[in-house]
Amino acid sequence: MPYDSDTAIGGPHRPFPTTRHSLIVSAAGAGSLAREALDSIVEVYWKPAYKHVRIQWKRSNEEAKDLVQGFFAALIEQQILAGFDPSKARFRTYLKGCLDHFVMKQDEHASRLKRGGGMSAVYDFEAAEREIAGAPSVEDIFLREWQRQMFALGLEDLRAYCESAGKTVQYAVFAQYDLAEDERPSYAELAGQHGIPVTSVTNYLAWARRELRRLVLLRLSSVTSGDPERQAEQHVLFGK
Amino acid sequence: MSFLPDRALDHLRDVAETPDFSETRYQVEEEIGRGGMGIVYRAWDAQLERRVAVKVMNAGYAINREAKLLAQLEHPGIAPVYDAGALPDGRCYYAMRLIQGRRLDEFLRAEPALPARLRLFEKICEAVAFAHNRGVIHCDLKPQNIMVGEFGEVFVVDWGVARALDGAPAPPAGTPPYMAPEQSGGGADARTDVFALGRILRDLMPDPPPRPLAAIAQKASARDAAARFANVQQLAADVGRFLDGQPVAAYRDTVPERLARFGRQNQVLLLLLGTYLAVKLFLYFLAPALK
Repeated sequence: MPYDSDTAIGGPHRPFPTTRHSLIVSAAGAGSLAREALDSIVEVYWKPAYKHVRIQWKRSNEEAKDLVQGFFAALIEQQILAGFDPSKARFRTYLKGCLDHFVMKQDEHASRLKRGGGMSAVYDFEAAEREIAGAPSVEDIFLREWQRQMFALGLEDLRAYCESAGKTVQYAVFAQYDLAEDERPSYAELAGQHGIPVTSVTNYLAWARRELRRLVLLRLSSVTSGDPERQAEQHVLFGK
Repeated sequence: MSFLPDRALDHLRDVAETPDFSETRYQVEEEIGRGGMGIVYRAWDAQLERRVAVKVMNAGYAINREAKLLAQLEHPGIAPVYDAGALPDGRCYYAMRLIQGRRLDEFLRAEPALPARLRLFEKICEAVAFAHNRGVIHCDLKPQNIMVGEFGEVFVVDWGVARALDGAPAPPAGTPPYMAPEQSGGGADARTDVFALGRILRDLMPDPPPRPLAAIAQKASARDAAARFANVQQLAADVGRFLDGQPVAAYRDTVPERLARFGRQNQVLLLLLGTYLAVKLFLYFLAPALK
């Protein structure tokens, strides 16, 4: 089969994962596998959890830090994920319910140990705090931040993939157009800037969007319990 | 990881969902419907230069089952499928006739007269009965899935959860309150659609409804499938009898109601009879006096 480096998944340098199995089952167990799986779940959910505690529970940033780290540590220590039943709720809803329960149970005067060692590198509370300062208050901050985090991780995956596959121009075109903070450049401007035909701008954008969708769906597969939940969450993640 | 502002997030959510039709003959214009199985767009078919509806199935539906099923159902009340294929991201799509009209629930807001509503209902029944005849049950009939055209034509749409009459049990599907009780357990047969049609008929009735019509709707949407009409034709026939002023199978008239119906149906005869009796009385009482 002829190899097309422009369209083949993985490109010429390294293969990119095309499937991600649900990490929820692994995270519900014990041992190093569970720890790795939990780290991946924390990567998606720590920021939605932190902003949810800060805004919905009106906790100070220090309290929210302790609560979020404590919550994710408790997920393993108390095997909370073992209680997840996909037939009763989506994982996102279950996790938010567990977080709310955890916050309720915490006594503000109890001594809270700084827990969550080994995962602390994942957290960047200062950055999250800066984001809160500029963010409008929304009714369901957990949902909104989950969407934001899924796309942010998908963008990171896309950038890493483009760098490894030698598709830096494709990513640059995509970032300049789809991530523009102000006025979007015209296709002709982008074509002139990168020395490519306008049709290539159209094609690069279509390709990058398609890859972004695929990568976000891969992330979604890893934090949902199976096809029915993934399809339901897909509706929430994309579109209107 | 840099912060993703709201504007960029919303834009990415939109573009990631928007199907890439660049390698097809279709140009997407706007989203016109969204269901559990996929999204429907109005699109321009550049090859045949006409507007069509294109349904893009959600990721995971590898086989374009819905398109294949619809292609078997050639009926004036079911939108014909023109074309089917797959997008570069793997999602399946199919193009079909773009129906110009209103959803049944929107159509009813204009409060058309009861006979017009019931004639519409008969057309819905015709399309569903045709599908049953071809071995297909819709399983999600509701006013939102019925379109009424400019000239009163009716289209039954969204066959996404339709299944074969002789198929195996499927995951629960349908929309309350149009969902038959057996659907929550994965079961369905022709009477499942009869149940939904009974609920739709209830939506069409005035308040208070005529008793025979209420009885038809009640029988059609009985909780026990065995107590319903055995098929859609029987339901439609009973509605037809009501429209024609005939006794319906689902309701036993009281004596006054029978007399009233007899009177409505034999107005000329009764008028002649009344005139004859009046003349006879006139002659009986006044004839001796005239002698």
